[in-house]
Amino acid sequence: MGALLTEAFITSLVFGAITAGVPLLLAGLGEQISEKSGVLNIGIEGMMLMGAYCGFAAAYYSGSFWAGFLFGGLGGAAVAVLMAVFCVRFGMNQIVIGIALTLGVEGLTALLHFFQFSRTYPRLGESGALRIPLLSDIPVLGSALFAHHPLVYLAVAVVFALGWVFRSTFIGFNLEAAGNKPSALDAAGVSVIATRVYAVLSTGFLAGIGGAYMANVGAGLFIPFMTGGAGFIGIVLAMLARGRPLWVLFGALLFGASLALTTALQVAGLNIPTDVVQMLPFAMVMLVLVIFGRHSYLPPALGHPYVRGER
Amino acid sequence: MTTGSERSDADTTQIRDSLLAVVRVLVPVFLALFVGALILLSFGKDPLTYYGYVISRGLFSPSGLEATITRIAPLLLIAAGLIVAFRAGIWNLGVDGQFLLASVVTAALAPVLMDSMPRGLTIVTCFAVSTAVAAAWSLLPAFLKVRYGINEIITTLMMSFLGISLSNVLVKIAFNDPSTTVPQTATLPVDERLPRLFDTTIHSGVLIALVALLLVHLMMTRTAFGLKLQVVGANPRAAVHTGLAVGKLTYATFAISAGLAGLAGSVEILGVWGTMRADWNPAYGLLVIPLVFLARFHGAATIGFVLFFAVLMIGGESASRRLGVPQYYVLVLVSLLLIFFALVEYLDQRWRKQARA
Repeated sequence: MGALLTEAFITSLVFGAITAGVPLLLAGLGEQISEKSGVLNIGIEGMMLMGAYCGFAAAYYSGSFWAGFLFGGLGGAAVAVLMAVFCVRFGMNQIVIGIALTLGVEGLTALLHFFQFSRTYPRLGESGALRIPLLSDIPVLGSALFAHHPLVYLAVAVVFALGWVFRSTFIGFNLEAAGNKPSALDAAGVSVIATRVYAVLSTGFLAGIGGAYMANVGAGLFIPFMTGGAGFIGIVLAMLARGRPLWVLFGALLFGASLALTTALQVAGLNIPTDVVQMLPFAMVMLVLVIFGRHSYLPPALGHPYVRGER
Repeated sequence: MTTGSERSDADTTQIRDSLLAVVRVLVPVFLALFVGALILLSFGKDPLTYYGYVISRGLFSPSGLEATITRIAPLLLIAAGLIVAFRAGIWNLGVDGQFLLASVVTAALAPVLMDSMPRGLTIVTCFAVSTAVAAAWSLLPAFLKVRYGINEIITTLMMSFLGISLSNVLVKIAFNDPSTTVPQTATLPVDERLPRLFDTTIHSGVLIALVALLLVHLMMTRTAFGLKLQVVGANPRAAVHTGLAVGKLTYATFAISAGLAGLAGSVEILGVWGTMRADWNPAYGLLVIPLVFLARFHGAATIGFVLFFAVLMIGGESASRRLGVPQYYVLVLVSLLLIFFALVEYLDQRWRKQARA
C-alpha cells in the first residue's frame, strides 16, 4: 500500500476527482432546483448529452472554450424547454417524457456526430487552466486543487450562490413551496407553472454546461453516449443532499474520486480492469443509499403535475 | 321507432369512437415519421427511400420477416415483466442489467450442463436459474423501496449500470473461453439451442414469450393476486388501509418483473447467439419501456407496438449497412413517436373536457 500513496498518485487522484466531479456537481445542482420545485427531471441525462455535443461543436468551430460552455448550457436548456412544455405546462408523465427526451438526444447527437466528426474524430487543444498564484505552488495538493479551468471555480461559486438563493430569497421560497404545497403558492398569487418552468430551464442550463465541461475539458472530444449515466448520478446526488447545495458538492467529489480511481491506479502502476472500476460509482450510490437511505428526502409534490383546482 | 333511432345513435357513437381510436394511433405515427423525414433530409438522405427500404427489409423479405419475429421474443418477455411492474406502480428501469446478468448465467451454464443432461432439462434449468438471478438482482431496490421508501427509479437504474459492468467482468474473467480471441463464453452448438419452428430460423422462444405475455395478462385481469397488485399501483396508501401486505406485494412485483427480463436474456442466448460476448448490450430495456407505455400496459396492444418496433430495428440494421443511416436513427424515431403519442393523448383529453364543459 505504501507504493500507492506517492505524490503523483495523490495529485492525479485529486485532480481527476475534480475533473470528473464538476459535471456531476453541475448536474446535481441543476436537478436539485428541479426537484425542489416538484419536477423529477429524468431527462437530465439527455440535457447533459445535448450540452456535451453543442458545447463541443461550439468550442470546435469557434475555438473558444467559453463559447463552448455557453452553447452547451443553451443546448441543455433547449432540451429542458421540451421537458417544461410537456411535463410542466401540459402535465404529461415526467418519467415517460424524460426517457423519451434522453433516447431522442442519444440518437440525435450520435447521428450528428456520425455525419460530422466520425471520419476525423477532431480533438480540442489544451483548455487553458488557470493556475492560481501562490496556492497552486503548494506541494502535492496545490496543482491538484488550484490549477483547473476557471469554470471549476465558477461551479464552486454557484454552490454558495444557490445556497443563498434557497435560504434567503423569494425565488428560493417559491421553489420550495412549488414542491411542497403548490396550491399554497398558487393561493399566494405566484404561478406554480412559471416557477417550475424556470426551475426546469435552469436545470437544463446547468446540466448542459456540465456536459460541455465533460466533453471539452474532461475528454477533449465528443463521443456518442459519453455521459453514460452521469445525469442519473446527478439525480441521486440531489436526492441525498436533501436540498443543500454544499452536500451536492461533497457528493460530486466523492463520486468523481471513484471515477478518477482508474487513471490514478494506472499512474500508480496497478492495472485493474476498467469494468471493475466502472462499477465503483454505482456501487457507491447503492452503498450510500443502504447506509443513509432513511435520510434521503424528496418533496411531497415531486412527480405530480400541478393542475389548479385539483386536489 | 324511438328504440331504432337510439340504437343507430349508439351505433354511430361506437363507430365514431373506434374511428377516433384509429386516428389517435395513426396521427402520432404519421407526425413522428414526418419529423423523422425532415431530420433525414437535413442529413442529405432521402426519407422515402429509407422508410421504403426499412419496411421492405423488415417486413416483406422472408429472411427479414424471420429476423423480425425472432427479435420479438426478448422484447415481449421484457414487456410482459414491465406490464406487471407498471400496473403495480413500480418503475423497474433496471431491465438491461437484469437481462444481461441472466444472459451471462445462461451462456456459462448451458454448455456445461449440456454435457451431462438432456437438452430439454438443460434449457429448463437455464431458464430457472437465470430468472432467479435476475429476480435476485432486483432485491436490493425492492428492499430500499419497502423499508425506506426510496424511489426505485434511481435504485433500479444504478443496479442496471452495476449489472452491465458485472456481466462484462464475468464474461472477461470468470467464464472466458480461452480458445477464442474475442472475450466470450463457450459457444453452444446450433443443434443444442432452442428448437426452431418449422423450417424457419425462428426459435421456439417466440412461443414462450407469447405464452408469458398471455399469462401475465390473465394474471393481472383475472386473478385476485393481479387485482391486489393493481390496487397497490392505483393507490398504495389506500392499499395499506384495506389490509393488503404492500411490502410483500412489492417484493413479488420486483421479482416477477426482473425475472421475466432475465428469462428474455436466457431465451436470447439459447435461441439466437449460443454464446455471450463481452460488451454485448442490446439495451432493449429503455426502448421497451416507452412501447409498454404507448400500449397503456395492455397485452395485445403491446404485441402490436413491439412488432412495429422490431420491423424498425431489423430494417434499420440493414439500412445502416446499405444506406449509410446509422442505427441511432431508430432511437430518434422512437423518441418522436413517444412524444407525439403523449401529445395527442393530452390534446384529446383536453378536447373531451371542453366538450363536456
